[in-house]
Amino acid sequence: MAMSQTNLASVQSAPSVAAAEPDVAVSARQISKTYGEVEALRSLSLEFPRGQLTSLLGPSGCGKTTLLKIVAGLLEPDSGEILVNGKAVTGPGPDRAFVFQDFALLPWASVIRNVAFGLELRGVAKSEREDVARKYIGNVGLAGFENAYPHELSGGMRQRVGLARALSVDADVLLMDEPFSAVDEQTRRKFQEDLLSLVQNENKTFIFVTHSIEEAVYVSDQIAILLPRPSRVLEVIRPSGFRDSGAVNIRRDPEYLDIVDKIWASLRSYVE
Amino acid sequence: MRMFGYRLPGMSSLIVWGLLWELVGRLGVTFFLPPLSEVFVTLFEVIGTPAFLKALGETAYAFILGVFFAIVIGVPTGILMGKNRLVDELLLPWVNIFLSAPLTALVPVLMVLFGFGMQSIIITTTLFAIWIIILNARAGVMQINRSLVEMARCFGASPFEAFTKIYFWAALPEILGGVRIGVIRAVKGVIIGQLLISIVGFGALFELYSANFLMAHFWAVLIVLFALAFTISELLAYLERRVSYYAAKR
Ligand SMILES: Nc1ncnc2c1ncn2[C@@H]1O[C@H](COP(=O)(O)OP(=O)(O)OP(=O)(O)O)[C@@H](O)[C@H]1O
Ligand SMILES: [Mg+2]
Repeated sequence: MAMSQTNLASVQSAPSVAAAEPDVAVSARQISKTYGEVEALRSLSLEFPRGQLTSLLGPSGCGKTTLLKIVAGLLEPDSGEILVNGKAVTGPGPDRAFVFQDFALLPWASVIRNVAFGLELRGVAKSEREDVARKYIGNVGLAGFENAYPHELSGGMRQRVGLARALSVDADVLLMDEPFSAVDEQTRRKFQEDLLSLVQNENKTFIFVTHSIEEAVYVSDQIAILLPRPSRVLEVIRPSGFRDSGAVNIRRDPEYLDIVDKIWASLRSYVE
Repeated sequence: MRMFGYRLPGMSSLIVWGLLWELVGRLGVTFFLPPLSEVFVTLFEVIGTPAFLKALGETAYAFILGVFFAIVIGVPTGILMGKNRLVDELLLPWVNIFLSAPLTALVPVLMVLFGFGMQSIIITTTLFAIWIIILNARAGVMQINRSLVEMARCFGASPFEAFTKIYFWAALPEILGGVRIGVIRAVKGVIIGQLLISIVGFGALFELYSANFLMAHFWAVLIVLFALAFTISELLAYLERRVSYYAAKR
């Protein structure tokens, strides 16, 4: 946004992953963000391939949420720009949907209204948007809870309402901020499997924030490891071999275990 | 409360006080306090008379308009103050001053400004009710969950939609609490306004009764007013309970 033309050109001419990966849905270019004294992101660049899931992995407070909100257009970077489908982001848009870490459900609205809320804001007629909402409520396994209120649901169920809301607006890019943080281990594994099939079935680009190395390796096509503040990308890892071995077998795959170890090795030096 | 093993309905104590009133009235201690039975007989006599209906109509008119303006101006102002730091800095001191100010003293000034009629009474009513409504709406908005606002922006809400679909509902429990207290204050406002101006509504009626020492009439009208104020307050408390299911979970 604040970037000059020349600056942009130099970024594009620099050798980057973009050359190897032709279809990039979202790219972050030289993003910097400072909150008062705290420098959260320093000239961070990263590309997110279309139709794939990219994890952002890094220590707490390193700026993952900040990056996600900048991509969403909720925060403005101090410098640098975000391109979504080649167009610079100037604010929130219908091409991106956010799954909030704390669910952000309307407590006064039923599940179906919450799920349909994105469509409601887009002016979709009530019967039409409720049909769409019902479909996604079923997809996330909440059929029968259409008329329940958020306070009547468990944490994991609320999480799924937030997910269904993001899915129902049919955005190209799904931004998920630690979407499985509030659920128990069993549910979490179930969600991870669901997420894998979601990535396969919906042709959407997922940007996924997590604290868990295992989770990142399990669900991701690409893992970006972020350094502590000021945050840059330390390394981008692309697990390839075990993607097709089926959801149940991934955790036993040698490559899976190798990558988990490797990531832990590169992160442990930053954990006191 | 329980007595002799029976559950007493709420406010049974009123019966005791009523009996006491009747007793004191019958003893004829003071002309100021006629027996309660006499007051009730008068109440039913008075209640259908044109003078009473006119007073009731005028009071209701001033009250409803006064409360209407207090809500329609107060709620958006409060929400705006909660959302916008600058507006808040500008208005908060005034709201706090007027909230605790002895507004009765302002009524004569209003009479000079707006004349000795309905207009002054309506404005008095609004002035009594509006400040607490503003403060509560503001408090409701200030405790709103930030991520609800971000969620709405993210899914494309215009500022106006954020106002009507997020801020208003998120603050509704507090807003209704404010309106309930505001309405109780408005009852005070409308009566004080009428008493001071005393040519309209119950003000005129009170003036008439007390000038002629018609104490039974005086009490009858007062009981009607108390009952009305109480009913309105209970009605709003009921509405408040209807939204309280999410008040603790925002
Ligand atoms: N609104 C804000 N005002 C000031 N500082 C902020 C603000 N939001 C975030 N920060 C700071 O920016 C840094 C990055 O925050 P961010 O929330 O992006 O981290 P994160 O990687 O999402 O952390 P976590 O994994 O714990 O959620 C933190 O050190 C935080 O203190
Ligand atoms: Mg975070």
